Amino acid sequence: MSPRPGFVLEVDRSTPATMFWHGEGFRLERLPVGSRVIYPPEPLAALADPEAAIRDALEHPVGDSEPLSALLRPGMRLTIAFDDVSLPLPPMRPPDARQRVIEAVLDAAATAGVDDVVLIAALALHRRMTDDELRHALGSRVFDAFAPHGLLLQHDAEDPSGVVHLGMTDQGEDVEINRRAAESDLLVYVNINLVAMDGGHKSVATGLASYKSIRHHHNVKTMQQSRSFMDRHRSELHTSNWRMGRLIADAGVKVFQIETTLNLDTFPSQFKFLQKREWEWSLKDRAGFQATRAALDRTPHAMARQIFSSIRSPHALTSVQAGEVEAVHDLTLANVHRQQLVEVSGQADVLTMGLPYICPYNVNSIMNPILVACLGLGYFFNLYRGRPLVREGGVCIISHPTPWAFNPVHHPSYIDFFEQVLAETTDPLEIEAKYEESFATDPWYVHLYRTSHAYHGVHPFYMWYWCAHALQHLGQVIIVGGDRAAVRRLGFKPASSLADALEMAEDVVGRDPSITHLHAPPLFLADVT
Amino acid sequence: MKEIVVERSVARFAAARAVAVVAGSGNGISVGPLRLADRDPRDLPGPEWVRMQPLLSGICGSDLATVDGASSRYFEPIVSFPFVLGHEVVGVVEADGGARYVLEPVLGCLARGIDPPCAACAAGRKGACERIAYGHLRPGLQTGFCADTGGGWSEGLVAHRSQLHRVPDDMSDDAAVVVEPVACAIHAALLGAVVPGERAVVLGSGTLGLATVAALRYHSLPASLVAVAKHPVQRELASALGADAVVAPGELERAVRRITGSLALPRSGAPTRLTGGADVVFDCVGTAQSIASSLDVVRPGGRIVLVGMPGTVRVDLAPLWQREVTLVGAYAYGSEPTSDGPRSTFDLSFELVAAARLERLVSARYPLERYEEAVRHAAHAGRRGAVKVVFDLRRSGRASWRSAASTASTTAAPAASAPEGAHGVPADASPTAPARKEPAGRRRPAKTTTEPVEAHE
Repeated sequence: MSPRPGFVLEVDRSTPATMFWHGEGFRLERLPVGSRVIYPPEPLAALADPEAAIRDALEHPVGDSEPLSALLRPGMRLTIAFDDVSLPLPPMRPPDARQRVIEAVLDAAATAGVDDVVLIAALALHRRMTDDELRHALGSRVFDAFAPHGLLLQHDAEDPSGVVHLGMTDQGEDVEINRRAAESDLLVYVNINLVAMDGGHKSVATGLASYKSIRHHHNVKTMQQSRSFMDRHRSELHTSNWRMGRLIADAGVKVFQIETTLNLDTFPSQFKFLQKREWEWSLKDRAGFQATRAALDRTPHAMARQIFSSIRSPHALTSVQAGEVEAVHDLTLANVHRQQLVEVSGQADVLTMGLPYICPYNVNSIMNPILVACLGLGYFFNLYRGRPLVREGGVCIISHPTPWAFNPVHHPSYIDFFEQVLAETTDPLEIEAKYEESFATDPWYVHLYRTSHAYHGVHPFYMWYWCAHALQHLGQVIIVGGDRAAVRRLGFKPASSLADALEMAEDVVGRDPSITHLHAPPLFLADVT
Repeated sequence: MKEIVVERSVARFAAARAVAVVAGSGNGISVGPLRLADRDPRDLPGPEWVRMQPLLSGICGSDLATVDGASSRYFEPIVSFPFVLGHEVVGVVEADGGARYVLEPVLGCLARGIDPPCAACAAGRKGACERIAYGHLRPGLQTGFCADTGGGWSEGLVAHRSQLHRVPDDMSDDAAVVVEPVACAIHAALLGAVVPGERAVVLGSGTLGLATVAALRYHSLPASLVAVAKHPVQRELASALGADAVVAPGELERAVRRITGSLALPRSGAPTRLTGGADVVFDCVGTAQSIASSLDVVRPGGRIVLVGMPGTVRVDLAPLWQREVTLVGAYAYGSEPTSDGPRSTFDLSFELVAAARLERLVSARYPLERYEEAVRHAAHAGRRGAVKVVFDLRRSGRASWRSAASTASTTAAPAASAPEGAHGVPADASPTAPARKEPAGRRRPAKTTTEPVEAHE
């Protein structure tokens, strides 16, 4: 039986309560009659033989590219770059997609007699991965073969000798990427495409770039002009990356892109109720939900975070494509859409969402308030094609505890951004003009980014810019069940219950508003007509 | 004549200390050595002395330390019991036809009848007087701690003419009553010798901290001025008076690191000790914690100015030694070097109070009879949305003083019972930073930030 597509439910009197994610917990909420709930599609079937599919992709590339084996030769310099810890979410149950692909590439390289091989985690301005995280992504065989010999690197965007300026686009954008990658005879990029935003030229042009280069598209103007950044052809973020990617190719950097897509089988069996529709919950699902919620209610927050952080997703590969970047990415997007698209008719006055415990930037870490804003107004709000799920001037209601808590190792500049910048203004443009450069060039943040496990000093700014489109579009943002001081610092309104939030929303959008609830994760992409 | 008298009672001081430790500052008053007393007016100690009737008298941090039994025993030889608290005073002198004066409470050689004066007094540095317990007065570093003078928490005190500064006719009582603490702040700010381009931190945003912010903005040109404030009203005022950044106590280290571009010595990756820091730190709190915080954020070779009155504290001075930090106390006032030559700190203070409209620091007024309530309010001023709490002696006091002065009666008229609060900011008060006194070309744009301060009773 083929998996069912996504579904838009209209709430009636017989509809059971709707489950909202709420950080490391859940809420059951009664949505008003007439509300719509968008459910993700069911997971597509996994590739029957992933290893064979990978080998097939490598030898039958798409676009203007020779098979990988034809690109490999003795004495060449081969660099394999791969997506970092921010993908996929939650982390995959081993073997990770990157492990499968990289093992296949390394087998091909060994067969061709390539000796000079270096692996690079494409961090961009993200934190350095720990050895455990690298081992998880690559598998022990790869990690042990490369890490001890210094051949497993992590991209350092602040190493002046480690990046090379390749030129400027016709829009005046600096293109500066990792020197080893740029000067290799072949750069193989191994991607995991969790959402439509990932991959394509963004892999190299952002993942291996410097701040000098990234700032050209990670800025407020670009984000406000990306409608949405999940829709490649209407995303200024991607347009800029495409310009850069083509310049990289024109500069002679030979990129062999390998992209993978995953199905929406997101949670392990004990949490399977999370990807079911509530009215289809079995007795076992109900018992599982109640038991989980009851246990979480009694669990200290830090321990609950640990429990959730240990979740390994059963995500399975649904496609692998390799070859020339743009041709590969077109196929990838088709596969992402095949799994994630849900048709939705019309916008609502109010968009509700429950945010989970994880986003791309707090893997094994704390979901601080800035990341809450980014996940809600950056990622979830932008999970659309066509038009936003909520009308202009509408209200977004987010459910999340939003603790005033930060991981000082991973997010040191976030703390200062929250305490000093947001205390003064929440206007993205003002923040960008007044504070970005000083944070981006702060020597302490640079030091921690390069030597510890800290996100780059500018990263919290990008998280805030990610919200810029939503902040411009929405009339109000309300967070249910959040730390009130933290919510206010973000410039949002706190509410103690969904009912209160809906009443507050009526002050903005009028009485009896239309309501759409985004029932994610698992993630989907709303095709809003 | 009514006054709040502090008696010498070791048991009561100890009890006040115990209660304050357990129940919090200000609560020691119920068991401490203070009492409301009636007495005859004091004799004038000499020919240059006059009787002064307080109009408003402020409650200062050093007064609260006395109330809580927390003052250092260092002061024992330089105070005399029983004394009447209150050294922030604006009052009238009947002998001068009811003219208004601000009291400069320091009791230097001139007031003590010592001639020739000590070197410090001769140089105008009354706060550094070397004859502080000598002369025809009993010991007392200031009016408010001397048995012979009385103090501001009363319906009458005696003052030497050298202690009196005439209040301009257009200056309100609220403005005049903060001239004394603002003079302290000016003295500290100038002692800190902040040169243009340096980065300064002001720890604490009570009256003294806020006045120091205003003084630094008026008399110096710091590249950045960071104020530490706990409460919303303090944050708003610190910003309005010229702080570039206002941070909570727990945010200070990170803020200074950010602003100065310092590196830090990590513990599990978190910044815990700065390698650089601010050029000058003004500690307007005076506790072990605030001194330690000052040491945490001052740069090697930097200066810490102790503005708030400290007591016996336990502080790790290793960073003071290793980083060659200068720690300097800033007590009182006297004469300040300026580009126009030496000027009285009080003259500078009158100027700053007017320029920065510091009358807005006065948040609540109490009649003398409600002194316990007033002291508790002052002890938790920030938390209760207030800054400066004062005694208002304008109605009951004046009548009783006239009566006492003319008849030597010991009876005072009943005071009005209701406190007068919510007078913190005149309706037309503009919360702007003080314009710097240098030529107009160097003046900084006025800030437009806070809403008027709400005073609460």
